[in-house]
Order: sequence, then structure tokens, then C-alpha cells
Amino acid sequence: MNPRRKQRLMAVSAILLLLSGAVGAMLYALQENVDLFYTPSQLLDGIGKDKVKPVPGQRLRIGGMVVPGSVKRDETTLKVSFDLVDTGPIVTVHYEGILPDLFREGQGIVAQGTLLDATNIAATEVLAKHDEDYMPPEVAAAMKGIKHVPPSKTYPQQTSPQQTYPAKAESKPVAEAQQ
Amino acid sequence: MFKWLDPYAKPETLYRICGLWFPWLMTAAVATLLLGTVWGLAFTPADYQQGDSYRIIHIHVPSAIWSMGAYSSMAIAALIALVWQVKAAQWAVGAIAPIGAVFTVIALFTGAAWGKPMWGTWWVWDARLTSELILLFLYLGVIALSGAFADRQTGAKASALLAVVGVVNLPIIHFSVEWWNTLHQGATITKFAKPSIDASMLWPLLISILAFGLWLAALTCLRLKTAILQNEQHRPWVRQLTASAAKEG
Repeated sequence: MNPRRKQRLMAVSAILLLLSGAVGAMLYALQENVDLFYTPSQLLDGIGKDKVKPVPGQRLRIGGMVVPGSVKRDETTLKVSFDLVDTGPIVTVHYEGILPDLFREGQGIVAQGTLLDATNIAATEVLAKHDEDYMPPEVAAAMKGIKHVPPSKTYPQQTSPQQTYPAKAESKPVAEAQQ
Repeated sequence: MFKWLDPYAKPETLYRICGLWFPWLMTAAVATLLLGTVWGLAFTPADYQQGDSYRIIHIHVPSAIWSMGAYSSMAIAALIALVWQVKAAQWAVGAIAPIGAVFTVIALFTGAAWGKPMWGTWWVWDARLTSELILLFLYLGVIALSGAFADRQTGAKASALLAVVGVVNLPIIHFSVEWWNTLHQGATITKFAKPSIDASMLWPLLISILAFGLWLAALTCLRLKTAILQNEQHRPWVRQLTASAAKEG
């Protein structure tokens, strides 16, 4: 390699190295702020070395698994509340509106809203998170023991003890038909 | 060290090679693209969780992979153009950039169209989505910079430098889903682990990925040919070429 080429290669490498260093340092400094959401344990224990905890009134996103059996719906409005968990602590999300199709018990979700107190969040938006596993329903049934239920049919068929809204309303027409 | 590569950098030879490869690459690309997308979109089973919506993966993942693949090849060409000052490499940067930008737009658009029914939102500022958007801006920057100077050589140098330093963004895109909490799910296909997608869905996906790669290569050949002709139009070999083409036509 002749000296001029070598010089140019060194210059380009130096620029690239400096820039990667700068970007790396920036991302390291922003580490906690790049996260899209807090997990329930981060919310309660704080994040990072300083254990920074969000304060009530702060706008934030929380992400976790919906605890099975924790979904409580209001009978007359669209109000709904459910618990989220990751590795231990549980936080409760209160929301009013239509939930995404993928929302179900055991599903990962991300909610955006305001922290009310240590473990309660008033959400303005609920997004469903899905994992990177893709498989046909038969395989899922064999591997995971998941019975295939199209998202749209999930709610009327759920019969968790706390659930109040569809159970009564839907049993009526059936009873009438039988008579 | 790379002396054996030198003859291929000669515009005339490169033009001939691109012309030779283009029909094969394009035919293979169209065939695999048809096979992969029709198989993936119409004949694979529906997903246990997402139903039919997941099928867009057969377009989303290949375009996203090759938006990054195109960027790495463009950056390598830019490095060669900067250090060894090979003109053909400079033209390759200009040839690949718009194709990569379109692939990035396809990835972003199909991602949004997938996100709306599944996540419940078109867009969220999570690390993966944002870094992919930055990739689009990098492409647009490379395209814009090359035409931003009165002196074409300065513009070419500036855009090549941007293409090289933009490489920093690639590992960020790739590892964003591991380094941070994101709404975007992790990687389905990785080199070192069993893919977490059922075999019946994996095959059309792999074919689509191959198809997008071939498509990228074919379009690059075509654009590079045009760039060579444009830049060498006053050279004897191009004049000879056009003269013989005029005679035949």
C-alpha cells in the first residue's frame, strides 16, 4: 500500500473510531432513557446504579405480562384494570378504551400512562407485545399446550372468575333458545 | 494484496460483467420472489397467535435484512472509493443508495402495517424502529450529499465519508432489541440458534430473503451499468458501443 493510501485509510479509520466511540458513550449515558418501558420490578426497585424510581404523576410506559385472572372489566363502561408482572412485583394498570386484539391473559403488553402511586398506573394507551415465535396452531397446541383461539373470539369465551361482563349477557339468549 | 481485483475495477470490464450477470440475477430474483411471496402469503399456515397478520413477515424481514445488507455493501464500496480512489466504487455507492433507501421504506411501511393490527399502533419510538428510521435518513443523506456540491468530486467524497461512518448504526439496529426494552420482538432467525419459527413458515421466509438479495444485486448491476455509461460517455469504448448499437438498431 502506498503512503498516500495508507494515510487516507488511517484518516477514515480514525474518524470511524472516534464516531463509534462518541455514539457508544452517548448510548451508554442514555442507557436507561433508550428503554421504551419500565418493567414492574424496575418500577418498584428503581433502575440503574442509582436506583432511580419514577415519582407519582410522572408519565411513563410500563411493560410486562398480564397476570392470568387479573383482568377486571367494568360492566357498563370500557374501563378495565389488570395486573402486570415480570419477575416478581406486580403493578396494576387502569385503562379506559379498546384493548388491542392480541391482548389476553399471559400476553406481554406495554401501557403508556401516568403513575398514580407506587404500584398503580392510569394508562392512556395499551399496546400488545408479541414474541418472535411463529408456528401453526396445531404445532402450538402440541408444543405449548395452547389451544388456537382467533383473537376476536377470545373475550366471550374466557371464563375467569373475576370477569363480569359477557357471562350473564350471553347466557340469556342460549337459555331462551332452549326453552 | 488485492492486485487480482484491479482488472475488475476497469469501467469497461465492470460494465461487461454487470451486463452478463444482470439477466441471470433478475430472472432468479423474479422466480424466487414469486415463489417466496406466494408461498408465504397464501400457502403457509396461519400463526397460532397472530392469525393471518403475521404473513407480512415474508416481506418485512427480507426487506429489513437487505436494507442493512445494502448499507454494508455501500459502505464497503465507499471505503474503497475513499482510500483507493477507485472510480467504479464511487459509482457503486451512488447505484446502491436509492435501492437501499427503498428497501428501508418497504421495511418501515410493512412494519407499520403489521404493528397496527398486532401491537395496536402504527409507530412507536422504540430503539429498533427509531434506528431503522435513522438508517433511512443516512441513505437520504448519502444521496443528497453527492449532489450538494458544485464540484462533483467533493460531493462524492462527502457522501462516501457519510456512508462509511453511518456503519455505526448497523450494530445498533441489530442489537437494539437485546440491549434495551423494546416493543419490537427479538430476532427470529439467528446464526447460532434454532430459528423460533416453524419449518413450514421458515422455508418461504428463507426463499424470500434470498429473493430480495438477488433483487438487490440485479438492480445494483443495472444501475451501475447506467452510471458507468453516464460517466464514461466520452470515452472511446462507449462511443464504439453506441455506434455499433446504432448500426444494429
